[in-house]
Amino acid sequence: MTAPEHLVTEEEEKAIKAELPEIFSRFPRERGSLIPILQAVQGRFKFLSPGAIREVAKYLDLSSSEVYGVATFYNQFRFHPPGKHEIKVCMGTACHVAGGDIILENFERKLNIKPGETTPDREYSLERVACVGCCALAPVAVVDDHVIGYMQPSKVEGLFVQFEVQREKEKREKQAKESAG
Amino acid sequence: MVQIIVNGKSIEVEEGQTVLEACLSNGIFIPNLCFLKDREHPHASCRLCFVEIEGRPAPVPSCTVNVEDGMVIRTDTPEVKRLQKSAFKLIMSGHPCHAKTCPTEKPCTLMKIAKHLGVGLSPKPLEKLERDIPEVVDFGFMFYFPYRCVLCGRCVHVCRTQNEGKPLLTFARRGFDTMVAFFSDPGENVEAKCRSCLACINICPTAALVLKADERKTA
Repeated sequence: MTAPEHLVTEEEEKAIKAELPEIFSRFPRERGSLIPILQAVQGRFKFLSPGAIREVAKYLDLSSSEVYGVATFYNQFRFHPPGKHEIKVCMGTACHVAGGDIILENFERKLNIKPGETTPDREYSLERVACVGCCALAPVAVVDDHVIGYMQPSKVEGLFVQFEVQREKEKREKQAKESAG
Repeated sequence: MVQIIVNGKSIEVEEGQTVLEACLSNGIFIPNLCFLKDREHPHASCRLCFVEIEGRPAPVPSCTVNVEDGMVIRTDTPEVKRLQKSAFKLIMSGHPCHAKTCPTEKPCTLMKIAKHLGVGLSPKPLEKLERDIPEVVDFGFMFYFPYRCVLCGRCVHVCRTQNEGKPLLTFARRGFDTMVAFFSDPGENVEAKCRSCLACINICPTAALVLKADERKTA
């Protein structure tokens, strides 16, 4: 498994790199700072880019591969930039029992990505999360901070139709604005 | 030199060695996968090198014990075999290999161990482990086959030694999803550096790491 370098553009890496020294300066330069630094970097950028991992390694005098190994060990760290729409599927006990894995699989197949990944067009990212706190609505998905209860495969389809309609609408509005202006 | 008794035979071995090394260098085979001589602390993760040492209540991994004068060791008791067999079956449950399609020089390390233990290569009665890992991973100039890998960690260790404590190989993810991963540092001519080393490929017991040019093994 190598990191998804193709998803992050050079400009983005440059922008991330420019902000890193300030983040690093808050932590002592020792091995024990590795996880807090990774958390801070992810807190700022929402994910760990390959460039950021390399910079962290350089700062702590570790090899990039070691940093990568530590980061992948923890579920908390993401290696893909967040998509425009963030989809989280609950895998807590109640949702699991109610077939949450089927819902997740539906999203996986529809988007052709795995949990923790982002579609190449950066529109959608998919994540599996533990309980979101509304077990009575199981199985639950959270789409852009909007909780959808009693998920069904048909609702997955409906969701993407909605997004499609929304995108069309935005496109038309933009065109209308352009022709008006 | 110290005197030890292995399976009733008295042998003279150098001090400071582990029991495993002493036995192997005297032609007494003890199954092992993760042991490497230059490792500061034995990994003792493959759980294959158990032996019984007189005076100890239970079998111990022989890579973790140094020889002492007068040590009485048995490598073939039923208890030792039982532990080794279950460890081997656990490894084989995540290593769905077939002798026919295996690209290693035969017999491979696993076959040798199976023969020594008198068991087959199937994990029965254990189930085959379904792992959510890719079929093959592209490491640039070499391929990594997660299903062939038994996660002995030898490659990660030799890579660390070869690169003065800054390995290019690492374990990524965890649990059943654990894989070996490759992540280079910036500004390195990784390909030239690695091509002149190849320590990881040479030490892999299961041909999980293979040079791309090695077509026989990448099939």
